[in-house]
Amino acid sequence: MGIRFILMVNKQGQTRLAQYYEYLTLEERRALEPEIVRKCLARAEQQCSFVEHRNYKIVYRRYASLFFLVGVDNDENELAILEFIHLLVETMDRHFGNVCELDIMFHLEKAHFMLEEMVMNGCIVETNKSSILAPIQLMDKMN
Amino acid sequence: MEQLKTIGRELAMGSQGGFGQSKEFLDLVKSIGEARSKAEEERIVLLEIETLKRRLSEPEIPKRKMKEYIIRLVYVEMLGHDGSFAYIHAVKMTHDDNLLLKRTGYLAVSLFLSDDHDLIILIVNTIQKDLRSDNYLVVCAALNAVCKLINDETVPAVLPQVVDLLAHPKEAVRKKAIMALHRFYQKSPSSVSHLVSNFRKRLCDNDPGVMGATLWPLFDLITIDVNSYKDLVVSFVSILKQVAERRLPKAYDYHQLPAPFIQIRLLKILALLGSGDKQSSESMYMVVSDIFRKSESTSNIGNAVLYECICCVSSIYPNPKLLEQAAQVISRFLKSDSHNLKYMGIDALGRLIKISPEIAEQHQLAVIDCLEDPDDTLKRKTFELLYKMTKSSNVEVIVDRMIDYMISINDNHYKTYIASRCVELAEKFAPSNQWFIQTMNKVFEHAGDLVNVKVAHNLMKLIAEGFGEDDDTADSQLRSSAVESYLRIIGEPKLPSVFLQVICWVLGEYGTADGKYSASYITGKLCDVAEAYSNDESVKAYAVTAIMKIYAFEISAQRKVEILPECQSLVEELSASHSTDLQQRAYELQAVISLDAPAVESIMPLDASCEDIEIDKNLSFLNGYVQEALEKGAQPYIPENERSGVLDVSNFGNQDHHEALTHSLKFEAYDLPKPVVSSRVPPAAVASSTELVPVPEPSYAREIRQPASSPSVSDAGSLELKLRLDGVQKKWGRPTYSSSASPSSNSSSSTSHNTTNGVTQVDSVGTSNSKARDTYDSKRPQVEISQEKQKLASSLFGGSSKTEKRPSSTNHKASKVGSHASEKSQAPKAAVVHTEVNHEPVPDLLDLGDSTSSALSVDPFKQLEGLLDQTDVASNVNHGTAKTPDFMGLYADTSVSGLSSSFGDLLPTNRDEFNLTSELSSATRTAQGGVTQINKGPNPKDALEKDSRVRQMGVTPTRPNPNLFRDLLG
Repeated sequence: MGIRFILMVNKQGQTRLAQYYEYLTLEERRALEPEIVRKCLARAEQQCSFVEHRNYKIVYRRYASLFFLVGVDNDENELAILEFIHLLVETMDRHFGNVCELDIMFHLEKAHFMLEEMVMNGCIVETNKSSILAPIQLMDKMN
Repeated sequence: MEQLKTIGRELAMGSQGGFGQSKEFLDLVKSIGEARSKAEEERIVLLEIETLKRRLSEPEIPKRKMKEYIIRLVYVEMLGHDGSFAYIHAVKMTHDDNLLLKRTGYLAVSLFLSDDHDLIILIVNTIQKDLRSDNYLVVCAALNAVCKLINDETVPAVLPQVVDLLAHPKEAVRKKAIMALHRFYQKSPSSVSHLVSNFRKRLCDNDPGVMGATLWPLFDLITIDVNSYKDLVVSFVSILKQVAERRLPKAYDYHQLPAPFIQIRLLKILALLGSGDKQSSESMYMVVSDIFRKSESTSNIGNAVLYECICCVSSIYPNPKLLEQAAQVISRFLKSDSHNLKYMGIDALGRLIKISPEIAEQHQLAVIDCLEDPDDTLKRKTFELLYKMTKSSNVEVIVDRMIDYMISINDNHYKTYIASRCVELAEKFAPSNQWFIQTMNKVFEHAGDLVNVKVAHNLMKLIAEGFGEDDDTADSQLRSSAVESYLRIIGEPKLPSVFLQVICWVLGEYGTADGKYSASYITGKLCDVAEAYSNDESVKAYAVTAIMKIYAFEISAQRKVEILPECQSLVEELSASHSTDLQQRAYELQAVISLDAPAVESIMPLDASCEDIEIDKNLSFLNGYVQEALEKGAQPYIPENERSGVLDVSNFGNQDHHEALTHSLKFEAYDLPKPVVSSRVPPAAVASSTELVPVPEPSYAREIRQPASSPSVSDAGSLELKLRLDGVQKKWGRPTYSSSASPSSNSSSSTSHNTTNGVTQVDSVGTSNSKARDTYDSKRPQVEISQEKQKLASSLFGGSSKTEKRPSSTNHKASKVGSHASEKSQAPKAAVVHTEVNHEPVPDLLDLGDSTSSALSVDPFKQLEGLLDQTDVASNVNHGTAKTPDFMGLYADTSVSGLSSSFGDLLPTNRDEFNLTSELSSATRTAQGGVTQINKGPNPKDALEKDSRVRQMGVTPTRPNPNLFRDLLG
């Protein structure tokens, strides 16, 4: 399937966005998130951006105070996922302009819409920024 | 520009806040953003739940307000609290005519509900309606929801519409329709098995996005059934070639690389198709080699593509030139300072050594550095590599290392994993019995509770049977050494239960066998165990039975049995135990010791654990009794297979089949009889249905190999020939046999195994190595790192920098090859530069069967982009006029202070990335055109506006969390 979940978490471990591509119950999410966030946040900067967790891997990347955590299957290309995160940030940056944590918080649904364009069924289906943002911009125009 | 619009709208609406949201929402976000602890966040959310419940009970909520409530509910759930009280409002919002509200509704529902939630049924109708909408954005929103919310039962409700949408004029719709079909395939393969050809068709779509999406379902299909897609090799190769030659619109470029994510996906597919297939592989060599040359090694994404090339090269039929290119990249990865690249390098090395084992040698020191790195991720990856290159010459060093690491970690999941690896390697390559026993002891001692019970039984069996050779002295030596080691260990506190069971069993069977230890000594030890672990019934059971065996052997050897007082009290205690099992054992012990020697010998023969026990399956000793009963008029026994009623067993399946049909929901009108009725049945594995109705059909062989995980998308033709049993639940069928490996991977792994074995030369290298290790051990205390590392390297890799000293011919050869390769690695690097300059797109290579390739270069969003750019210009002008230097100075001050306070925060994780981001912020922006560049990058005006706007709204960057305002891209 590729991507299992995408999490955005700040330095304090507070969740800012969570999208799961296989359904987890509230309890499962409550158990999973702190565990992996702790794992990733505890790592030093020069260490790998990848962490093995149970039977999958987490690829993470930090931007200012915000961590992007992507859970992927074991046969995914870690570096590519790392760049996917960057592409996501670039896309958000193009839309919001100097995107910051607060943009995502105030426009949670838009951040989700972008993800919906980029990832379906846990697969990266769109990497063209214009294609990703076009429906969102059109929607803004209509409203 | 986007924000200017928002501001304008806000001003026009005259609302209290910015961003179109109410004060309440802003306060919520603000308080969550500034919460200092999880407990505080918890309080805020609980309060918010109360507020929401109150608000939602109000009559006549305006739609905009409702959207905001739903998003607040998303927050509630995201932060870990139950929001089910308002799910129904999210469901209702999906019915709304306004696209934004509708999409928010769909989003919320798909975040809240699993695809089998009861409320989904209320949405299916809306989805059906929306799939028919004239507005393509509505259709897209519905398709997004389809991918999240439709399960195997509801697939038939939307399937026809989704199939129609595959031909929609809008590429965004086609792309999403493909993914919806992909989802159906994942959920219920049988429901779309007749539609698989659509994926092939869409591979030739005009739009690169649609084509790229198609690669996902095709990848899944090819994983299951490679042979049916061999014909597509040519198409994939030609697409990859066109992508690499920049025939796709510029918008798909990422950091100057043409559509890298599509390239990676294609390489993954080629790896599958070329595996073990020389002919297909040969058609790929050119393009893979091209990509090796074209992918820049300076960027992360370039390295990602290069890594994927290596994966592909090591999977397809080997080609010397490609292998050399792969080896060069690997060596660059391993020499890099970036841990990420090292990690990828180690992984790639693990793939390549299957084909060319000699390549590991030149990287031995790099590998050892990674092994000793404090970074767990890197260490584990390196263990993975070592596991792959283990042979009998280096098994001792590798397993010792693994065990040391196993002892040092707390993560039970990984501990279990690495313990099983140790056991596997020890069983496979153990150089001596002694070593094997010791290794197993260590594994059991430190991870006994985590290893499979089977491992314990294997160990007992191995000690009992010996290593299979008919060498009794060796076997008894093995047992003696086992007994000795267990007597040493037995006193350690807190041994795992499984390990104690093994110890008790072995001591019982062989404790007194070599005459070294007296019966009373062994039984004393066993009593101690039973006492120390008095809570563990199975250990006690093992102990008391072991004691019984010792006594029995004593009696049959005609020795006088002295029962220790502690033993006596143990037996007494157990005969009053609550556990009937322990009671019985205690009574049996008492009974056995009161018997005479011949009787005991026949009950408890010495070392007979492996003897076959003859079982009278026909229970012939009961014949007399049965005969007697029959004479008295009892009914004769009818064998199970002759009894009536059982004949129907196979019919149950069919009944169930019908039931399954009637149970499933019906969504369309009744007057449309569908030819493929069973398409709606749940996705039970086809494979297991073969148990019930064997269909002589060659294609089955393929399907059976992939059980449950991904049943059958066999071609439609063959499906019609056999019974459709896809939906039948296999309650009565025996579990099907499964061989998990696909034929291709099977063959590749077996060949690779052969080659490794061919190179190892077990005997000669083994002995010379153990010598090397001896010296290594003795020198260890003198902390001389490089020396030590080299020693370790030599024991791991069999070759080292001191190869000349050893007259081992194979190693010598190998190192020669290695140095040869490294010499070569210098030359082509220089060559690459030239060739890159010379490279020009080769005139049209291969079209995909129709005239699409020319259309490929047309960017569907060009026009839209143009539109946007114009607005950019306009807004930039505004920016220019609004510029006030004072504010700028202010902003700069604040931002700098923030920066210096926690400088590290701003920097992305490592140096590499930092370079990358800064490079990117200029590079990609120039790529987007000069207009946007003004807008992007560190633009104080933009941030300033945001800052002041946010302040206006009452959200001030207070001390608790100034990070909220920090630009993510620095």
